Amino acid sequence: MDHVSVWLGAFLTLGILSFLYKDNPWYKLCEAIFVGASAGYWVIVLWWDNLVGKFYEGVGDDPALWVGMILGVLMLVRLIPKVGWISRWPLAFIVGATSGFWMMNYLGSNIIEQVGATIMPLLSTQVGAGFDAGVWMILSRLVVFVGTFTGLVYFFFSKEHKGAFGTTARVGIFFIMITFGASFGYTVMSRMSLLIGRIDFILGDWLGLIN
Amino acid sequence: MSYHSRRCLRSLPTITAIVSCLLLALPFYASGQEPVTDSVPADTAVVIEAAPPTTVLSSDHKYDDGDQINLSWVPSIDETLKDSKVIGYKIYRAEDGGEFELLAEIPDVDTTNAYADQEVEHGHKYAYYVASVTETGEYASLETMPLEPEREWLDLNKAYLFIMALIISGAVIIYVETAKRGKELFVRKIAGLEAIDDAVGRATEMGRPVLFIPGIHDMDDVQTLAALTILGRVARTIADYDTKIFMPVSRSLVMTAARETIKSSYQAAGRPDAYNDDMVNYVTDEQFGYVAAVDGIMVREKPATVFLLGAFFAESLILAETGNSVGAIQIAGTARPAQLPFFIAACDFTLIGEELFAASAYLSGEPRQLGSLKGQDVGKAIAMVVIIGGVATATLAGAWQMGFAESIHGWLMEVFSTN
Repeated sequence: MDHVSVWLGAFLTLGILSFLYKDNPWYKLCEAIFVGASAGYWVIVLWWDNLVGKFYEGVGDDPALWVGMILGVLMLVRLIPKVGWISRWPLAFIVGATSGFWMMNYLGSNIIEQVGATIMPLLSTQVGAGFDAGVWMILSRLVVFVGTFTGLVYFFFSKEHKGAFGTTARVGIFFIMITFGASFGYTVMSRMSLLIGRIDFILGDWLGLIN
Repeated sequence: MSYHSRRCLRSLPTITAIVSCLLLALPFYASGQEPVTDSVPADTAVVIEAAPPTTVLSSDHKYDDGDQINLSWVPSIDETLKDSKVIGYKIYRAEDGGEFELLAEIPDVDTTNAYADQEVEHGHKYAYYVASVTETGEYASLETMPLEPEREWLDLNKAYLFIMALIISGAVIIYVETAKRGKELFVRKIAGLEAIDDAVGRATEMGRPVLFIPGIHDMDDVQTLAALTILGRVARTIADYDTKIFMPVSRSLVMTAARETIKSSYQAAGRPDAYNDDMVNYVTDEQFGYVAAVDGIMVREKPATVFLLGAFFAESLILAETGNSVGAIQIAGTARPAQLPFFIAACDFTLIGEELFAASAYLSGEPRQLGSLKGQDVGKAIAMVVIIGGVATATLAGAWQMGFAESIHGWLMEVFSTN
């Protein structure tokens, strides 16, 4: 059985990689298997986790799940054209609740915490410590302060990016691009590790060329 | 002396002996143990190696759901000695008057003299004691009074967060009302959005479809909501130009919402008959299964324009590179910093973070959305002022140790903290 699964894994891996050359029947077959198998997998997961776990068994234990159950049933009403408009209610509930939840979440993490973390003494290690910060600490804190401030200026939409404001915004996008560059390199390296994993499977588990 | 008196005197030694025997035997009779000897052997003597901790206090954790009790104590006095034998503390807890059981062991005696018990429930009472631990024994403190954790309706630790939300929401309402009264609200140009009409026009001229990918997250992600708002505008333009749109999605709820959005746009354009449910298709929830399918669609349908807007993860570069390889003009946008570099590298226009959320207001020009965007700018302006003021006061308080600056800095740190 292990032997079969290794051969099947190799067949599908090479099929997906064949897309690098061009679209072809092998890739189409692998794509169809991937999509079909994963869609089927999620149907089963949702069936047991949601329909059976929460809808059928769970509502007795947790009254809050009744809300979800009713909203879920309302979603299915769209199958009846005459009253299909009712299915917009659960959607409106989800969109509204999500917006409200994330508003407070973002306000806390993206504004309050971010501003709090940026407020640091530039020339000392902490408040009341005197001139005790080293050159690298001063530089590091200046980068955080200038980067955060100019980044905010860049994302300020009520004023045209002209003059001193425009220059500050350009400094902001400069900081943002440097961050993206570093992030690009970091993420590419993590993707390489995924590729190495597949190559290792092909050359090691399947062909046995490497240990 | 009478006869009876003389008899009593004669029998006195006997009575004394009996009473003495009874007195000697009494402890043995009372305790049921061996009679206590006059001296205790040296090897069984009790030696106290460390004093127990004192002033053990339990207090209800404020502004929670009645699920935490905080415990503090004054460490054993022996910790001040050079040759202290205290190696840690043990915390014991009794629930609802029951037996005390070990709750936690704290090995670090130098820094810890507090403990947060998060395994409590509202409706139960808890008593504690703390014991100093040495290599050979434990020395317990007095027990605390039983305490029931309380529930609070409001988390006043987040009062400043609430005030900030009120200020920004108030600004949004004021700007919305201002816009409703017909006053024009200025919003600067956003390059990626300016290109939308051109991109859809290009698809029309080439006779090829527009592909819209709303990311791989569900409707509970604000990026997906932003993507669907932009979809409304894109679909309206597509309806006007009579172009084809195709939208494979990885979430069933997104499929439903997207269909509603496109349908509304077609109705608004006066072309409800041109709408078709097949414009939006569910593929699979599986991340890379979805990517495989979308890549296949790209190379087979060869869309002239690809929109990649929403929450993306490892699939961002795969999709963007495939779209690039088929010659599509690509407009991308996400708030995920790790994926933005890939979009910037492989797409023609990229909406960076906040621009994705600003896009809907910019595109629609509706008073409510514009007011919302302007209200958010008020929040950013406050943040900018606070950052400059905060860093200035922190620097003055740090390097020059100015009292007033220290006070302002302390207050700012209290306001700009959610803990």
